[in-house]
Amino acid sequence: MVEFMLPANSKITKGKTVRAPAGATRIKNFKVYRFDPDSGENPRWDIFEVDLDTCGPMVLDALLKIKNEMDSTLAFRRSCREGVCGSCAFNIGDSVGGTNTLACTKPIDDIKGDITISPLPHLPVIKDLVADLSVPYAQYTSIEPWLQADTPPPPGERLQSPEEREKLDGLWECILCFCCQTSCPSYWWNGDRYLGAAILLQSYRWIADSRDEATGKRLDDLDDPFKLYRCHTIMNCTSTCPKGLNPGKAIGEIKTALIKRR
Amino acid sequence: MEFRSTLRKVRGRGLSTEGGVGHWWAERITAIALVPLTLWFVVSAISMVDADHATFSHWVGAEGNPVLLILLTIAVYQHGHLALQVIIEDYIHHEAAHFTALIAVKLGAFFLAVFTIFSIAKLAFGG
Ligand code: SF4
Ligand code: SF4
Ligand code: FES
Repeated sequence: MVEFMLPANSKITKGKTVRAPAGATRIKNFKVYRFDPDSGENPRWDIFEVDLDTCGPMVLDALLKIKNEMDSTLAFRRSCREGVCGSCAFNIGDSVGGTNTLACTKPIDDIKGDITISPLPHLPVIKDLVADLSVPYAQYTSIEPWLQADTPPPPGERLQSPEEREKLDGLWECILCFCCQTSCPSYWWNGDRYLGAAILLQSYRWIADSRDEATGKRLDDLDDPFKLYRCHTIMNCTSTCPKGLNPGKAIGEIKTALIKRR
Repeated sequence: MEFRSTLRKVRGRGLSTEGGVGHWWAERITAIALVPLTLWFVVSAISMVDADHATFSHWVGAEGNPVLLILLTIAVYQHGHLALQVIIEDYIHHEAAHFTALIAVKLGAFFLAVFTIFSIAKLAFGG
């Protein structure tokens, strides 16, 4: 059955508080999930008092400030700091609840009161905010995300009309941050068999590509009660996508394509 | 201890032979059928709130009604058991419990459907 309670070694305890330097005037509390697998201890919430007068505007700026000036042991992924690489996806919110989003494009001022940051939900945690993405990556591999065509390429490039190219809008922009993937209750309960929102959007990106000749095989591979049909149109994925994409709609398009070939 | 690659785990046993779109399509079709059938049934049931047994069995046997009642029965149990199957697949992961629940739901729905249809026929044709 579904486990509704956290196992004992996952219960989050109260951690330390790191004070802002004396004289700081504009203090914001950042409550950050910490877990160190080597320590054998339970995860904990650490609180960092960040002086916003000496901090950049985004949540990632605060995390970098914490790592540089307050606690260098804090582990998290980031790279581009401009919403392009998809590394800095965390669950970010206030004391009540959060949403999955990119720390580098989330303004600190968007969140009233204390800011809570934890890893993407329902994935194993490697350390602190670093979640284990090996299953989503393997799922991505499984859909063979590259252009497949038997027709030999013409000299130059495979052409596409502007209308055909337009079909890829809202799909090519996906940065594989997995915010949508890990916001989906169906993925929480059946993440080993359900491909999840991001992977299905990526799969549709190739189904919708006029140059790809493997549409039938791609649809064959999705016609499965678990890989595709665990999606019950809950739409968490679409409301959380930090790039404003609509994975829920892409999944609907796949279901429509499967109906049309019946 | 497991040394299997993540890709092996993710590919698992491959595609389910039950397919996905067939189940999904049957769920939608029965849902569409249930809209007029349920409306008709609710309206008829309300009109018979105070009816006695004789009036009721007469209504069951009246022109067209047994056919609609049997269609309603089939749609209800077909749709209901498909929906329950989804819930079982979502939440019951323990393999033995999963298959026990699936078998119970399928046999249960089949039995109840046949039983209901038999009762309708008995009332309609005055057995
Ligand atoms: S629509 Fe809902 S069930 Fe489907 S992938 Fe998105 S969040 Fe998950
Ligand atoms: S669809 Fe959006 S939330 Fe999902 S992986 Fe792509 S960019 Fe991230
Ligand atoms: S650091 Fe690249 S998306 Fe945030």
